[in-house]
Amino acid sequence: MLWIRFSKPFAATEEIVAEITPVLTRHIVEGNPPLDFTGYRATGGYEPMRLAVETLSPRKVREIVKESNLRGRGGAGFPTGVKWGFVPQGKDSPRPKYIIANGDEMEPGTFKDRLLIHGNPHQLVESMIITGWALQADIGYIFLRPEYETGAHLLEAAIEEAYAAGFLGDNILGSHWSFELHTHTSAGRYICGEETALLNALEGKRPNPRSRPPYPAIAGLWGKPTIVQNIETLVCLPHIVANGTEWFRRLGLTKDSGTKLYCVSGMVKHPGNYELPIGVTLRELIYEHCGGMRNGHDFKAAIPGGASTMFMTADELDTPLDFTNLEKAGNRLGTAGVIVADQNTSIVGMVLNLMHFFAQESCGWCTPCREGLPWIEGLLRDLVEGRSQKGDLQLLDQEMRIIGPNSFCALALGAEGPLLSALVKFPEEFEAYLENGLDPTTPPEHTAPFATKVES
Amino acid sequence: MSFGAEDRAQLDEIRSHYHNARAASVSVMRWVQRRDGYISDTALQDVAEYLELPAADLEGLATFYNLLFRKPVGNHVIKVCDSVSCWMCGYESVHDRLRNCLGIEYGDTTEDGEFTLLPVVCLGNCDNAPTLMINDDLYDRVSPDAVDSILKAVRGHGGDRG
Repeated sequence: MLWIRFSKPFAATEEIVAEITPVLTRHIVEGNPPLDFTGYRATGGYEPMRLAVETLSPRKVREIVKESNLRGRGGAGFPTGVKWGFVPQGKDSPRPKYIIANGDEMEPGTFKDRLLIHGNPHQLVESMIITGWALQADIGYIFLRPEYETGAHLLEAAIEEAYAAGFLGDNILGSHWSFELHTHTSAGRYICGEETALLNALEGKRPNPRSRPPYPAIAGLWGKPTIVQNIETLVCLPHIVANGTEWFRRLGLTKDSGTKLYCVSGMVKHPGNYELPIGVTLRELIYEHCGGMRNGHDFKAAIPGGASTMFMTADELDTPLDFTNLEKAGNRLGTAGVIVADQNTSIVGMVLNLMHFFAQESCGWCTPCREGLPWIEGLLRDLVEGRSQKGDLQLLDQEMRIIGPNSFCALALGAEGPLLSALVKFPEEFEAYLENGLDPTTPPEHTAPFATKVES
Repeated sequence: MSFGAEDRAQLDEIRSHYHNARAASVSVMRWVQRRDGYISDTALQDVAEYLELPAADLEGLATFYNLLFRKPVGNHVIKVCDSVSCWMCGYESVHDRLRNCLGIEYGDTTEDGEFTLLPVVCLGNCDNAPTLMINDDLYDRVSPDAVDSILKAVRGHGGDRG
């Protein structure tokens, strides 16, 4: 069995270290610089790439990924192999073909890609080469948010080393295939994480989402076939190629495959990144891996996958945190950014904070989202500041249901998740505010007396 | 004033990573911002001339992105996370202390030109909430009491603006 604990601020006890068999985070040691080329090679790095390019046809790699049942870790959970199947192949297919690593990680409560980028840049470079080979892509970009610029420098150094080794550039490993890889550091907007907005961002256009179809796999960057994948999805690839599809499928505890980085934040004792077999329950995650709730705090609710997912309550603690089971429960795994609220946390305050985020980050392209989300935020603010009237809760529910489905992309639909689920699961909290408003601020609590500076 | 030969060499290197001039525009503007701290009207024109693009297109981008600045900023830009995990872990008292210590509101710059205070979207450091970033450095689990010492440590050191 493998049990992987990865949490920066709290030193793992020796017992826990002994149990660790991580996959994606195996060679990441927090506080240490990431492995350089030689160090990464010494761990067997770039061997899966060599195996793929020298012994497996691109078609075979695509089949392996499909059989592995790898699903996208960026939020949507779309089967990676199926997406890859949409890319036109063959002599007459359009060129160049592009692949893009989406590292525009800005979903509140999500911090897994930061770890993977900064902790093991060569693993990501190798993953891009394997993906490039499988899709016979010509050009790759790693798209990063500006706050991850340190990561961009690490990746650029890794890319340079990979070029020097002949793993990037012309006729890789003596094949007929050539592939170039670049980083792009963006300038900060949540919408750039939406894959068609990301395409516009990379083209230097205003990053509004595009209409689909055509899907990027057919017509993406400059109209050419393009695959956009989340960082965590990509870094599964060397391990799938090296260990096989059966191994990868068996890593999961449920129908879903692989390990998953759960980013746990909020009122648990040990927040952090936990690489665990996909499908652990919320209870196991909080009480076995995160050490339970902070002393004196009780569990009230959690959001399982970043800002765009729905509240889970105590009666859902035994729900496995995977794609399949959360979908069955009407929720989504999202990014697996698990935000845990305690009994003192105001759910209304939490929803207001989330709505502020969505309203601010609306790209402004379509009217329902641009005008609707700030209006919803205003209703919530009126509520907590005691200016609401009877009927406003119905209005919140009713208007949110209009905004989401009438918007151009999924941003406003994401905003719907926490609000509508909170209205259903915590109606009494909303009603309490109707009387005269309350202060939704949770009392601050700091587990460490001093701020510490860490290299990003 | 347009870019000199040395500047152009650096910009050409940036440009070489992109399919065309337009695609390079954000990276070129970020380069300008690293040099000047922000993107002045003159610099915007320089970029437009260098990339042979309408300045209005660049303005559209510069004003769209959260972290491209069209106004001068301080030597150090303090980016304070205002997203949900930091809120839950008590960011409000940290933010209040920052505003009090600096005597400015969000979006403002101190009179001595040292600090600009900006709320930003989730910094991806939620296990260490409340968090903030100054230049390229992250600060973990910031308490209100830590604010003074952080500002003292940063003040006076040359910043890498933006």
